[in-house]
Amino acid sequence: MPTVILLSLVLMTLALCLVFARLFIGPSLPDRVVALELFSSMIVGIIGVVAIATDVPSLLDVAIVMALMAFMAAIGFARFLERGGPRDD
Amino acid sequence: MIDVVKQGLILAGAIFMFLASLGLLRLPDLLTRMHATTKAATLGATLIMLAVALHFADVAIVARAFGVIIFIMMTAPVAAHVIGRAGYFVGSKLWDGTVKDELRPNYDPLTHELKSGRETEANARCEAKLTPREGDGQ
Repeated sequence: MPTVILLSLVLMTLALCLVFARLFIGPSLPDRVVALELFSSMIVGIIGVVAIATDVPSLLDVAIVMALMAFMAAIGFARFLERGGPRDD
Repeated sequence: MIDVVKQGLILAGAIFMFLASLGLLRLPDLLTRMHATTKAATLGATLIMLAVALHFADVAIVARAFGVIIFIMMTAPVAAHVIGRAGYFVGSKLWDGTVKDELRPNYDPLTHELKSGRETEANARCEAKLTPREGDGQ
């Protein structure tokens, strides 16, 4: 069990690095918003794995809040993009 | 037995998340990137939350884990739709190899109006005569 948890955490950390690369080079603002959303849903997964590893079920509340915040952020960014504020891609 | 299922779920979730990030990094334009991330990341989070539900096997925790799953499954498509729509309106470039963009000829990006080219009086009358309506291939 610890091996599997370690392996999956390493995989997801690697994935976070790749997403961060896209966040860095993403040519336009929508690309970066997509990367941020993937970032947060990946963090939900990491929190789930950490909750299993440490046997702390309260961490699930953090996951719920994280998912909710990600949705709100995506909607807000999309509204901002459509209204057309000042942008600096 | 449950342990094996749990480990399999965790590993599968992690692999799907890794694939999502790989797709995000490698695919050529906004819409294909969203195609990779939305589905794979949703599936990965779902599998890991199922593993959490199996691990704790307590009513409150299982309910919370399923709450996360349902919430993610409900919000991910909505968020993807909204971001894709905003990205199209902003004018993010499509991939060179895109075969078809059905919205472009019928859509006015300034007024956000969608037209089918049949709005005139004559077209409407012609349309009414042709019942049952033939396919819209004209």
